[in-house]
Amino acid sequence: MMTENTNRKKVVEISNLKKSFGADLILKDVSLSLFEGENLVVLGKSGTGKSVLIKCLVGLLPTDSGSITVFDENMTSASGEKLALIREKMGFLFQGGALYDSMTVKENIEFPLRRIKKELTESQIEEKVKEVLENVGLADAINKMPSELSGGMRKRISLARTLVIDPKIMLYDEPTTGLDPVTSNEISELIVEVQKKYKTASIIITHDIKCAQKTANRIIMLNDGLVFKEGTLNEFEASNEQLIQSFFN
Amino acid sequence: MRNDIANASITKTKGRIIALSEKSIAKKEEAFSFFSKISDVTLFLILVFKETFSRDFEFKEFIKQCYQIGYKTLPLISITGTIMGLVLTIQSRPVLLKFGAETMLPSMVALSIIREMGPVITALICAGKIGSGIGAELGSMKVTEQIDAMEVSSTNPVRFLIVTRVLAATLMIPLLVLYADALGILGSWLGANIKGDVSFVLFFSQAFRHVEFIDLFPAIIKTFFFGAAIGLVGCYKGFNAGRGTESVGKAANSAVVLASLLVIIIDMIAVQITDMII
Repeated sequence: MMTENTNRKKVVEISNLKKSFGADLILKDVSLSLFEGENLVVLGKSGTGKSVLIKCLVGLLPTDSGSITVFDENMTSASGEKLALIREKMGFLFQGGALYDSMTVKENIEFPLRRIKKELTESQIEEKVKEVLENVGLADAINKMPSELSGGMRKRISLARTLVIDPKIMLYDEPTTGLDPVTSNEISELIVEVQKKYKTASIIITHDIKCAQKTANRIIMLNDGLVFKEGTLNEFEASNEQLIQSFFN
Repeated sequence: MRNDIANASITKTKGRIIALSEKSIAKKEEAFSFFSKISDVTLFLILVFKETFSRDFEFKEFIKQCYQIGYKTLPLISITGTIMGLVLTIQSRPVLLKFGAETMLPSMVALSIIREMGPVITALICAGKIGSGIGAELGSMKVTEQIDAMEVSSTNPVRFLIVTRVLAATLMIPLLVLYADALGILGSWLGANIKGDVSFVLFFSQAFRHVEFIDLFPAIIKTFFFGAAIGLVGCYKGFNAGRGTESVGKAANSAVVLASLLVIIIDMIAVQITDMII
């Protein structure tokens, strides 16, 4: 995988990223790259800064130091319209789905579409909404309110809302947390399907090893604000490190 | 012995110095937190003002908020407005009777409602309903990462969520006040008919005999400020809520308290200014 990646284009590059909240240094020195078309799983215990890492990547949290480049554009110095343009290439699946409570499923999916793809006509918007809902297997839920959906359905709808703008990079924040094993498995399969169908490069933040095993092309483990190990699934499974063993066994 | 006394005195002095420095640190922190809050509020106001005049105004969301803030508050305002006029009439009647000025009752009630009671009571009711509603809605959106999701979708949350709500509150509250004033006078007519028999037309012509434009104008102007204050406070508290679910309740509660307080303060300032001008 590592040799394969040398021929691929880097879509995200994070170098020496540091982030603290008050006196707590969450990310001490994190560097990683994401290559086009790959699924990169970021593993780690709760509180190791996994979610903080992707929130810094998408510009939701300011960084203390270090650099983040997305498609060769510097995210850390971007603001206003430039930041919005970079974000249009990224999709973010939030831990709880983050569906807008006051809007129906259809309105939720239309929301980013109407703002980012302003050139689309009403019929094209409708078609696109139907298409992504079918892709996540929830075409019937189009007129439902988020409160009428189960946890797994919310995640799927949220994924549909993210996919509707055809992102080049997908960021999944704990996609299987709080779901039963069957639904977790379905979401993991959906992540792989999305990678194949939409040709996205993805960063999957998780501590669910089954999700990692199903989705990962490459894994990075974070521990104590630093990159603890980077490698393929096989390399991780063969590792004798106690921390890694505690995840895989 | 001397050494013991000297040591004890040194320890005492050290203790005092430590206590003083702790006090001064606490005061410095308090002052810092106070000034950082002021700077937060100032930045928030600047941001809202800037986004209000930006190119992409969220007109659809603004209309939706006008419906939420204006139309959905009508039942509450209808009840409180009518009761306000009714109670004021029942309470004032015996007093006016004592002075033989019962015929002044419609004018007195109309002037009281238009100049003071209508705007202030309606604004306080709105501070409770609208202020807490906005605070809780935005607070829960913050907790469930909906605001972050909006930002990631290349949508400016200040423009979409705050500007629309503040403008809707600023425009709808004056309309609600006018509506409450009208119902208050109607309630007054109902009150007058409990112990008397006054025709609707006679009561209204009596009520508006002494009402002039100068009574209505400052009262309406101040309601725009009430509306803006309620909208801004609700949005500020909701938008700056913490990450936990308990912060939603806190945001709603503090929005009501602060908005009500601001309504009273704005009213006091408006009365002073009106008094100076007229």
